[in-house]
Amino acid sequence: MTSLSLSGLTKRYAGAGQAAVHALDLFVESGSLTALLGPSGSGKTTTMKLVAGLIAPDAGDIRLDDLSVRDLAPERRGIAMVFQNPLLFPHLTVAGNVGFGLRMRGLPADQIRPEVAMMLDRVRLTGFGDRRPAQLSGGQQQRAALARALILRPQVLLLDEPLSSLDPGLRDEMRQLIRDLQRETGITTLVVTHDQTEAVALADTIALLLDGRIAQTGPPETFYQRPASQAVARFFGGVNFFPGNARNGVFDCAFGPLHLPPGIADRAGLLTIRPEALRFGPGPNQRTARIAAITFLGTQSRIDLSVAGASLQALVAPDTARFLTAGSEVAIAFPPESLWLLPSGG
Amino acid sequence: MRADRLRLLAVLALALWMILPILPLAVWSFAYGWRFPDLLPQDWSLRAWSFALSGQSGILESFALTTLIALATTFLSALIGVPAGRALGLYRFRGKGLVTLLFLAPAVVPGIAITFGLHGIFLRLGLAGTVTGVILAHLVPVVPYMTLVMAAVFSRFDPDLEAQARSLGATPWQTFRAVTLPAILPGLLTAALFAFLVSWSQYLLTLAIGGGRVQTLPLLLFSFASAGRNDITGAVGLLYILPGLMVLILTARQVTGRGAALAGGLRP
Repeated sequence: MTSLSLSGLTKRYAGAGQAAVHALDLFVESGSLTALLGPSGSGKTTTMKLVAGLIAPDAGDIRLDDLSVRDLAPERRGIAMVFQNPLLFPHLTVAGNVGFGLRMRGLPADQIRPEVAMMLDRVRLTGFGDRRPAQLSGGQQQRAALARALILRPQVLLLDEPLSSLDPGLRDEMRQLIRDLQRETGITTLVVTHDQTEAVALADTIALLLDGRIAQTGPPETFYQRPASQAVARFFGGVNFFPGNARNGVFDCAFGPLHLPPGIADRAGLLTIRPEALRFGPGPNQRTARIAAITFLGTQSRIDLSVAGASLQALVAPDTARFLTAGSEVAIAFPPESLWLLPSGG
Repeated sequence: MRADRLRLLAVLALALWMILPILPLAVWSFAYGWRFPDLLPQDWSLRAWSFALSGQSGILESFALTTLIALATTFLSALIGVPAGRALGLYRFRGKGLVTLLFLAPAVVPGIAITFGLHGIFLRLGLAGTVTGVILAHLVPVVPYMTLVMAAVFSRFDPDLEAQARSLGATPWQTFRAVTLPAILPGLLTAALFAFLVSWSQYLLTLAIGGGRVQTLPLLLFSFASAGRNDITGAVGLLYILPGLMVLILTARQVTGRGAALAGGLRP
């Protein structure tokens, strides 16, 4: 298995003022399924194309293990990319598409055929080999495109927004398939996505790309529990931030002193709590809050609160929201284990 | 039922319209004396055909030469027109409007305006009176057709298909052979058909640049016609329309029948 590392990768398009990718450092561990997550226009697809060798970087290096592939042509990198759009070759059958890479390697047809049949089985397209791409549904096309890349057993597999062109029902199926195939084959995989729920559900590791830089790397939970900055927390749905000072395990802010979990050093910072971690009712760090508004969001309800002049948001199950009324006062608790201190201004 | 009958009528009318002008040629080529106001010749003969197909007449030689010139012109125009059409159809670049105009200008400017200037230049280059010179001259009216058709084809081609092929291990040449060429082939065949026929039917350019030393079929045809040899003109005339018909019949299926494959291979 092979690790992928990008260092100082920079790409500026002719005529564009800002670099599409600026001094990007990223390490994708061998055999991992890593998601490169970022908002639209953050340079994700450019990064993919740089790694795949479809465009050349202005600076920086791309390494597979310790070997630089920066100056290799795309077909010689051992990196296969699956585009957002399935891009099946329309003049070939599905089997012709899946066997394309092996045919380009010069393998004889009688060796390609069984490999293709096996690969079609694995993406649950058994018996679809003789069809034309236009006869497949969107989900089937996407699976065929995945098979076409996996059959090459690339050292690194790149998936560009693999789920975004699919209907919601098909997404779960495809997500599961990608996870299963990646575990089975152990191929180092980098997925690009703008959707944080997709990244969380799919990847072992997430690298969050904000403003052209990797803001944080880690397993999905850390982005919720221990975000590195306010921007990271916001990207993952964080809304509650309070400036103040930590001293001796107590945080002084607009709500008065709040007890912190152990192990937080004394410093000024931004305290954050996830909207779904606020508790209604008595508990540690209890305060009285006024309910400003209740908004039904389907599977959850959003409660806008004000505590000592500061505003807060909580997300609760709709069942809980039924016991709350706008304008009334309630007791809320800030469980210490759900509090997290961010650097101020970050 | 009425629609069917109408359609049949239309097909018959079209066929008559295309065949009628050729009919006198066919009759002439087998005629032995055909005087006004007789509806048909008094006698029939194979004289014109045996002359046309014999070695001494030079007609078969001219047929081969015309074919060679048309094929070479088609091939060279594809070498220029495919990349040019790709650039015009796929990319935006500075001065694109000017480049487009330059490529299309020969199709707009009357041939006779180009011919004499070209002749002067070719004389100095030693190309006047040579087959090479005639081929180069034929490229002037042919390249715009080729470029225009290929630009339209490429404007509907998704270059990400090529990127995908490269990423799956195909070299640039393999990518062209296995991905690009199949996608543009129907359009390329259409363009090649036009290129061939435009070159095949050149009269003025061949006459001026070839200076009478490059005897293509239209030149021969004209000289037999003006010499009043109606029987030989008929035979040569039939030979002259032969490749056009053949190419048309052979490629009609490709050009129209593969339309579905074409549309599938290209961006909607």
